[in-house]
Amino acid sequence: MPISIGAEAPDFSLTDTEGRRWSVARYDGAPATVVVFTCNHCPYALAWHDRIVQVARDYAPRGVRVLAVNSNDSVRYPADSLEAMRDRVAREDWPMPYLYDETQEVAREYGASVTPDVFVLDAEGRLRYRGAPDADYDKPQERAEWLREALDEVLSGAIVSRPETKPVGCSIKWKQ
Amino acid sequence: MNVELLWWEGCPSTERALEAVREALSELGLSGVEVQTREMVSDDDARAAGFVGSPTILIDGVDLVPAADEEQIGLSCRVYRRRDGRISPIPDPDDLRDALQRAARRAEVN
Repeated sequence: MPISIGAEAPDFSLTDTEGRRWSVARYDGAPATVVVFTCNHCPYALAWHDRIVQVARDYAPRGVRVLAVNSNDSVRYPADSLEAMRDRVAREDWPMPYLYDETQEVAREYGASVTPDVFVLDAEGRLRYRGAPDADYDKPQERAEWLREALDEVLSGAIVSRPETKPVGCSIKWKQ
Repeated sequence: MNVELLWWEGCPSTERALEAVREALSELGLSGVEVQTREMVSDDDARAAGFVGSPTILIDGVDLVPAADEEQIGLSCRVYRRRDGRISPIPDPDDLRDALQRAARRAEVN
């Protein structure tokens, strides 16, 4: 079951491609945190990636942290191995850490179902938005508008007007 | 002409791909061509079909976009590139239309 809007999001401790450890609790004081479940091989995650990267860049000056999490089974899908994640981050310019959820516990605790699946937490770590970055993976001009709208509302202290949308993407590859 | 769409339920692009194929057939005046669909349920299905991701569109048994070396056989969503370089879960409509047009011409010749 996904966590409910308004509920406190589970904390976690995951390492990124550089071996640094990250958690949600670490962001005490951050006005908002975005946890986005993503991966290397899904066309939906790849199509939306640049828009999420731009959100990370645009909102960093306002203290927003973006954490990308890969929870796919890398045995059956080697393109999502830690090594492949490292290669990708080395090739590309990532403004956010790319975390490896090897046990898939974080994805299960959050109730993530697809890649990409976006969760926006407020300063208290409560879930304020869950869903897709925007209405259409095929329209870059959408600019991850649903995610930006949720962040703007969280940062201004307003109630998020569109707290849930349907995440669209490739199913998370659970271990068998 | 035989058009077959191989799909896997873990990928939500099937309906959009089917629409794209039917639109392309319609534009080419080939609305009478029926699009067959075949679900890939297991890794065994994927191996047997040489399935490298959903959707895979076969025109007269030939993959619309031949699989690249790095594409692995298995149950996953397929990554396509549009002609403008964008990544997409379905083929570029122009690639689709061109492939169908070529197949239609071959059918006429034969």
